[in-house]
Amino acid sequence: MEWDLDDSRSIWPQLKEQLIRAIVSGAYEKGSAFPTVRQLALEAGVNRNTMQRAMAELEAEGLLITNRTAGRTVTTDQTLIDTMKEKLAEKNIQNYLDEMQSLGYTDRQAVELMNDKFERGEMK
Amino acid sequence: MSEIVICEGLTKVFSGCRALDQVDLTIGRGRVIGLLGPNGSGKTTLIKILNGLLQPTSGSVLIDGHKIGPYTKSIVSYLPDRNYFADWMKVKDIFDLFSDFYADFDREKAEDMCRALGIEGNAHLKTMSKGTKEKVQLILVMSRQAQLYLLDEPIAGVDPAAREYILGTIINNYNEDGTVIISTHLISDIERILDEVIFIREGKILCHEGVDEMKEREGKSVDEVFRDYFRMTAYQGYRDPERETRGKTVYNAGRKDFEKRGQKEEKKEVEKGGETNDR
Repeated sequence: MEWDLDDSRSIWPQLKEQLIRAIVSGAYEKGSAFPTVRQLALEAGVNRNTMQRAMAELEAEGLLITNRTAGRTVTTDQTLIDTMKEKLAEKNIQNYLDEMQSLGYTDRQAVELMNDKFERGEMK
Repeated sequence: MSEIVICEGLTKVFSGCRALDQVDLTIGRGRVIGLLGPNGSGKTTLIKILNGLLQPTSGSVLIDGHKIGPYTKSIVSYLPDRNYFADWMKVKDIFDLFSDFYADFDREKAEDMCRALGIEGNAHLKTMSKGTKEKVQLILVMSRQAQLYLLDEPIAGVDPAAREYILGTIINNYNEDGTVIISTHLISDIERILDEVIFIREGKILCHEGVDEMKEREGKSVDEVFRDYFRMTAYQGYRDPERETRGKTVYNAGRKDFEKRGQKEEKKEVEKGGETNDR
């Protein structure tokens, strides 16, 4: 997977965010085996402690399940994945509204503008 | 004993020059640490004391609770900042040497890594490029199951693609409980693999903290924080020192004068800040 890291912020929250994205988007299917800390650390070019910290957070939230013998797997709990997905969607919507507000649009105007664009068939 | 390295009041004097000055340093296990400082700041001196190549003038060092000696050398894996193998040697000669010297040397692993790079055991060192020699040295050093890896400028002389290979080799091969100390001034290339950083200047430790804490506090990359710490004013041409007495700035002053001047300016700023607060 592609990693996009910003060195001016702590690395582990960025890893966590991008791992969650990969899971909710289905890049790692539910119930499937998850790569090891070592593999992902090498892929992202970060050290193992950093990747370990990000993955521990995913375990705490239940997105990753640790099996004693078989390594980690992605959760099979579709409700949990959907909830995470909604959270990310809400964050994106809020970002859009904030951006529009900085241009001088109210939330309602921002939504209507997007809706108009959609109605006119300018969006897929 | 939980700490791998403990230095107390460590000082090294070279004919009047203090390369290390009263260094107190404690380093934990299982960490990747960047030893960062400009040229001549004491990075190599510190590393050479830790591996026993130099004796401190005063102060003490313990590694895994032991004084520097045969035991500490058996658990410390050191990558020098230069090539130290003779040109006539073959790769397998060096493997023999390492197998003889170090009980924790994993020869199979080293051979495997060389093969992956297309380096044959019968290849002579003199046929290799500088970058390839550096890779071979790194492979040797990282193929030991050491407690402490001391890597002195591992990426200084190689191209960016080779740098990536070297960093990948480091993070993928160190012993899980081992600590890696990497000295360099090429910070942006390595900061992602670091847990902690140590800033060193003129033989003194300026700061030793976790990379996450530093980034959260400063809101910048380690590279940018480093530049702020070590920014120096460029030489701006000779000015007559006598003018200083007439209240003019002297631009060619020594670094100490720069620092003094910096402190004065800081004080002024503090005073100004105080004034605005009063209003």
